[in-house]
Amino acid sequence: MTVIESTVPVEKSLRQRLIGFNLLTAIILSLVGWWIGHLIGSWINTPSTTYYGTEAGYNDIEVFLGYFFGVVGFLVGLGFANYPVRRMLGHPASLPDHAEVTEPGIWKYLRLSVDHKIVGLQYLGGIGVFFAVGGLNAMLIRTELLSPSTHVFGPNQYLTLVGVHGSMMMGMMTSGILGPFANWVVPMMIGTRRMAFPRIEALTFWLLMAAGVILITTIFFGGFQTGWTGYEPLSDQGTAGFDAYIGFFALVGLGMCLLGLNLMVTIVTMRAPGLTWSRLPIFCWSVLATCVLMVLASPMLIACLLMGAMDRTAQTAFFIPGNGGSAALYQNLFWVFGHPEVYVLAIPGFGIVLELVPVFCRKPLWGYRTAVAGMLGVALLSFFVWQHHLFVSGIDSDLRPFYMLSTEIISLPTGFTFLCVLGTMWRGRIRLTVPMLFCMGWAFNFLFGGISGVFLSDVPSDVDTHGSFFVMAHFHYTIMGGLVFTFFAAIYYWGPKMTGFNFSERLGKIHFWMMFLAFNSTFGPLFALGILGMPRRVVTYPSNLQALNIWVSVSAFVLGVSMLVFLWNVVQSLVFKREVSDPNPWDSKSAEWQLPTPVPAYDFIEWPDIGPEPYPYGQPLETPSGAVPAGGVAPAGGMT
Amino acid sequence: MQDTTPYFRRLVLIWLVSSVVLTALVVFVLAPGLPPGNATVQSSAAVVDNTVLFGISTPIALAVLLCLGYCLVVFRERPGSDTTLEGPAVRGNSSIQLWWLVITTTTVLFLAVFGSIELLKDGAGGGQGPNPLSVPAGHAIQVQVIAQQWEFTYRYPGYGGVETNSLEIPANSLIEFHVTSLDVIHSFWAYQLGVKADANPGEDNIAYVNTKAPLNFEVHCAELCGVYHGYMYNSGKVVPKAEFASWIAQQQKTFAPVSGNLPKYSRSYFPAPDRRGG
Repeated sequence: MTVIESTVPVEKSLRQRLIGFNLLTAIILSLVGWWIGHLIGSWINTPSTTYYGTEAGYNDIEVFLGYFFGVVGFLVGLGFANYPVRRMLGHPASLPDHAEVTEPGIWKYLRLSVDHKIVGLQYLGGIGVFFAVGGLNAMLIRTELLSPSTHVFGPNQYLTLVGVHGSMMMGMMTSGILGPFANWVVPMMIGTRRMAFPRIEALTFWLLMAAGVILITTIFFGGFQTGWTGYEPLSDQGTAGFDAYIGFFALVGLGMCLLGLNLMVTIVTMRAPGLTWSRLPIFCWSVLATCVLMVLASPMLIACLLMGAMDRTAQTAFFIPGNGGSAALYQNLFWVFGHPEVYVLAIPGFGIVLELVPVFCRKPLWGYRTAVAGMLGVALLSFFVWQHHLFVSGIDSDLRPFYMLSTEIISLPTGFTFLCVLGTMWRGRIRLTVPMLFCMGWAFNFLFGGISGVFLSDVPSDVDTHGSFFVMAHFHYTIMGGLVFTFFAAIYYWGPKMTGFNFSERLGKIHFWMMFLAFNSTFGPLFALGILGMPRRVVTYPSNLQALNIWVSVSAFVLGVSMLVFLWNVVQSLVFKREVSDPNPWDSKSAEWQLPTPVPAYDFIEWPDIGPEPYPYGQPLETPSGAVPAGGVAPAGGMT
Repeated sequence: MQDTTPYFRRLVLIWLVSSVVLTALVVFVLAPGLPPGNATVQSSAAVVDNTVLFGISTPIALAVLLCLGYCLVVFRERPGSDTTLEGPAVRGNSSIQLWWLVITTTTVLFLAVFGSIELLKDGAGGGQGPNPLSVPAGHAIQVQVIAQQWEFTYRYPGYGGVETNSLEIPANSLIEFHVTSLDVIHSFWAYQLGVKADANPGEDNIAYVNTKAPLNFEVHCAELCGVYHGYMYNSGKVVPKAEFASWIAQQQKTFAPVSGNLPKYSRSYFPAPDRRGG
């Protein structure tokens, strides 16, 4: 490969920066688009087609068309139309150049960029903002639950907070690891300079941002009372606020599908010469397993939301029982997507932990093939378990033993991940750095998340805990305790490489311990509340449960403060201290750490060297020649 | 220089001792006292079921946690030690991997079989849909639970279809709940009874419970059903049979004028198509 010189960008004035295709233009054009959609919608929606009348001053067709044209305007304003238009006018096909990577300042993050390093950081910042919104919602929910009766919010505000919190977290965190870290690190790990479809990569990011804003606009249309699951026919009763939910999740689904496709094609087709499947870093395997789920599951979500949207606008009755529709149909369609979706949140976490533990234990990954089989197994099985969400909903009762079995079987491949983590740690030389602490936090939390899942998969036990705070505690243990802990592990691990600056280790440790203890103190007692009969999503509860609820709320506030510690760490490191990071502070042998910091515009000058082992750590065993540990991969030559 | 300390044997010993003690504590002290209690045959069965699950998961959780803790304590790189040293380049051990697979598979299959037997015995108090697979033996008293935004009412088809707004059921009887809804999806949850069944509009969801001694219990809606979901609860009573007979006779008399105007008793009711609450 030849060296490609990147052009040095010219310094621009503020006026030059503000005019052109950037975030500002996008916001202006999205408002114009909203207004156009609104006009068309009010023209279509003549009184004869008004089914339910108008609530909150809006009708559903107006709102849907407003969102549609708003998103189109947003994308045009960012410059997504430029390339197709140029091609239509006869200009030759071109790959974008990566000159913007070397541009100083934050301006390059505020406009369309197709460089995978910039998109990765855009994702991290953008998701971080919406993650903060979702987290603040959780704080408000816990504030309300300080008292058994309503005291701060009314029931409608409360349920809107619950719905926005749940949807925001579920929607944003689908890309929580894949967006920032897979986009940033996978091309380097597999030895390529870009993703397979760089423009689609940028599109998935900006779609997610548009989706997040759409979800927040629900507050202008009366909110929605359905939680993140949006069960019909309740959602059909909702005001135009529920249209925001549909718009949000449909865009998230579209983004998920495209992100999965892009990463999958990249990993399958663009690996450097010599990077065979058995040499692929385990994180890439987890990304691949997740992508399969994303590509196959999210179309189901989009289809199901489209049917819901048609019920609200075009007078169909897919989900309206009184008109011949079926409420159970929605539950089934939603969970056919929804259960793979929760593994979309879990598997990247497995990948991060399996990727980081060898580095900090100074040992090769123990049981590489088992780990791969585990993640692929989880991905495959996750399509066969969805009716465990419907155990008491009146599904055909012969189905329940099957779904109990399939749900319990999924704990086998999940267990492989634990086995491989423990096997790697055994006799290692464990360095308890901040990323390693977060990985250990994952192991502790996910264990309890998994075991409570076995209780929920057992129908006789599930009858008592279904729809209660027990379920809520269970999935917070797996998603917050699992995914979010590995998300922070990844930030502390790759952060120095991505940003070029060191984070404070002391603040990182304070953040970890505060978050770990507050997390368990928040969600542990929720198991008890569920067993004691407190249903989910209630604004009032029996007064004998108040003491436990106050305990949980106070712990949740401490959990919130631990995020401020993290934020202070980031601000201090990136704005004030600006301590330039060592190219390889963790002494990692992974490809991305062999590059200089900051990573050059084109990542690699020539193909990276691919060794015979993905994890060449550890001292070779002093065994008689040929006596390879049984079953393990033979320690091939070329190890350092 | 191969480290020959018997780490693994030590860990196994620690695990054996602690899991015997802790599992015994969990199985004999903690789990039997947990809700839903012993008010009905189904809730007692749920307690037994949970006890078995706790008994199996305690040693497994301990094995993972102890191994994790042991590694972190014993194999941690001490401050000041030689940082160029690395762990042994072991890449797997097929017999451990095989044993792990065998043990976890056996556990999981046992749990699935045990759970299915418990479930198929009497339906475990869960909603079984319109055609229940597991019907407990004996004469059942039918009670229809009608959920709507945001209250439960109860109809007794064996007593002229009288509709009441409080739930009373006789002690030591088999009760057949027919759960349905008039508008959106709700869920009938009486946790002391060990019963939960979703209320779907236009559908009949059947759950069985064998009551034991008299008691008062709470009824909650366990499926988000709109703005006042949090207020959708009331209480019910299990009363001696004679008391139930006089109570239901009283209800029939009180509600006689209303009963005449009720729709004919039906397994399910369809919501009016254009109703929009929220």
